Amino acid sequence: MRSPKLRAAMDTPGVLSKNEKELRAAFLADIDRIPGAARLRQCIQCGTCTASCPVSYAMDLTPRQTIAMFRAGAIEDLLKSRTIWVCASCYQCTMRCPADISVTELLYAFKRTAMERGIFPPKFPVHVLAKTFADNVARYGRNFEVGMILRYFMRTRPLELLKRRRDGLALWRHGRLPLRPSRIKGIDGLRKIIAKAETFDLPQEHLEHERVTDAVGYATIGR
Amino acid sequence: MRYTYYPGCSLHATGVAYEKSIRAVFGKLGAELVELDDWNCCGATVYTSVRKTVAYAISARNLALAAKAGDDVLAPCSACYYVLNRTREALTEQPELREHVGAALAEAGLELGFDTPVRHPLEVLLTDVGLDRIVKAQTHSLEGFRPACYYGCQIVRPYPALKGDPELPMAMERLFTALGAAPVDYPPKVRCCGGMLVATFPEVARKLCTELTGWARERDANCLVTVCPLCQANLDLLNLSSGKNGSPGRLPVLYFTQLVGLALGCSPQDVGMQHGLAPMTVEALPLPMASGRN
Repeated sequence: MRSPKLRAAMDTPGVLSKNEKELRAAFLADIDRIPGAARLRQCIQCGTCTASCPVSYAMDLTPRQTIAMFRAGAIEDLLKSRTIWVCASCYQCTMRCPADISVTELLYAFKRTAMERGIFPPKFPVHVLAKTFADNVARYGRNFEVGMILRYFMRTRPLELLKRRRDGLALWRHGRLPLRPSRIKGIDGLRKIIAKAETFDLPQEHLEHERVTDAVGYATIGR
Repeated sequence: MRYTYYPGCSLHATGVAYEKSIRAVFGKLGAELVELDDWNCCGATVYTSVRKTVAYAISARNLALAAKAGDDVLAPCSACYYVLNRTREALTEQPELREHVGAALAEAGLELGFDTPVRHPLEVLLTDVGLDRIVKAQTHSLEGFRPACYYGCQIVRPYPALKGDPELPMAMERLFTALGAAPVDYPPKVRCCGGMLVATFPEVARKLCTELTGWARERDANCLVTVCPLCQANLDLLNLSSGKNGSPGRLPVLYFTQLVGLALGCSPQDVGMQHGLAPMTVEALPLPMASGRN
């Protein structure tokens, strides 16, 4: 898990690499206006999130550890973990957090940063589902389940399709898998909405990133 | 009573039984459902990992259309219920986002509108219709049904649709007890079914679902009742027991509206029982006329 970069960061605690500083700025700019996520700074590392999470057993970093990693200035390493993609959005952590942090929203923001920068765990196709889902919406305006799942598996793990054909067949036999997508009437309008909204999401170079300094973690105490 | 019905993508596909039973139940109770014209996908929790403003904008399109229609929005899918409410909250609290989303909607000639409440049918049945009226309309008894009531995640967190403790909701238990069923004690009722992990990490989703159905069986439930199309599909598909070699058969996974529909005298076909992968063998029997219930 510990990359040379993280080890280097540990050797000189409290100082961010150039890359990390940039990632940090982008991430903070993303969450700054999300009330629940911006409270990240108030995390007391109690572990309630990890203990409440039904899938933390399948994560390589627990939710609590991801926040600790962020604070230690190792965003790149945390983006390379499976954790953010294992989250099933059940909001148990968000609901129970004593510091009122929306851990789920934080993980969404980490996912966005990962997608934007193309930083993923090695040989890890899971993020493709999110991309396929988005493509589907732009194409039809609705989510066409069969198309999405087929495309996702074809792009990532074609063999899985063979293994799971029985599930699909069972659903189809019970009249639950329409094989044709339905497209909304206002698809052109929707595409225009997506195109316009996207312009606000692309990296905003001209914005100033205040508050981001070289120092993280213990080095900030007393400043 | 009239509602703007927002089915969401699942109710036209894997959740077709949910759509049939909702229409049947609301019809029996005299509540009108008007499907939101040309609704689009709410974006679920997936889109927000791709782009932030776009995720809010596509979901805001539905809210804008619903605002024009005027009635309260009925969102039966837990993910739609959550995402539409999240968008309403974000548009209220974040002026900059509101401005951006407004500009995006203007491209399609739409105006921002997010004041219309987005509600879940379970809450609507209990608050607007009321338990008394449902019981008065009852024609069939649910005796013999021992449901484990499963609420899942997104109707209780983070925007609780139901009154009372979101960690231990009792709404369905109250409803089904009143209709003559015997709900079992089911503590994991708000635990996650795995959601989209069924595609990305199937082994994790399988573990979660097997545990949920296993716990229901241990408590002697003869069906699991859900409020969300994704929970239903996951639990129905990943219900491992084969029914062979002495193992108990697969546990039927129903929608709460299917049970209510049966109690109101709808036929099993009307409420879409034929779409369940595991057949439900217990039937709702007509109440004797003089039972005092009707």
